[in-house]
Amino acid sequence: MIYVIYYAFIMMALGMIFSAIRFVKGPTAADRTIAMDTLTTIGVAALVLLGYMFHRFIYVDVALVYAVLGFIGVIVIARYLEGAL
Amino acid sequence: MSILEIIGGILLVIGSSFLFLGGLGIFRMPDIYNRLQAGTKATTLGGMSLVLGVGFLETDWIWKSLIIIIFIAYSNPISSHALARASYHRGHYPYIKSKEKEKMDAYREVVPHTKKEEKEDKA
Repeated sequence: MIYVIYYAFIMMALGMIFSAIRFVKGPTAADRTIAMDTLTTIGVAALVLLGYMFHRFIYVDVALVYAVLGFIGVIVIARYLEGAL
Repeated sequence: MSILEIIGGILLVIGSSFLFLGGLGIFRMPDIYNRLQAGTKATTLGGMSLVLGVGFLETDWIWKSLIIIIFIAYSNPISSHALARASYHRGHYPYIKSKEKEKMDAYREVVPHTKKEEKEDKA
């Protein structure tokens, strides 16, 4: 069972590395925003899995709040890029 | 090893693989619309199945896992739609040949909101 968790963490780390490369070198602002959204989603999943690994229930609450804040940030940046703010 | 642990392990493998594919699609795709497609749909499936897998492994956490799953299922398409709309209104072209950009401009003439923005840019 522990090897499944190691595989999941390695795969999520590779996905976060690729998203971070796009976040650094993305040509437009929308590219950087969508890379940040992907980083947020992978981070929520990684927090829940860390909570299972360490047997801490509070990590799930942290993941829920992080998902809400990341969603609000993406919506605000998108409205600003559109010119509505 | 009970049946719940086997189902949870399979869901963990599926979810983490799809999260990796989402990150790889963000890195490899040529333009912003393809990156939106790869970066939100794959990570939606991956995040939902991984959180559900943790809910199967630790059965006391299933209700809060379901809350996170419902929130991901609502929030990710909304943010994808808002970003696609913003990048279309800013005038980003998709990854097409230069001959077909005239078709894209003709399509932009039809959609009224962008037409109003172009007038504002000229004025």
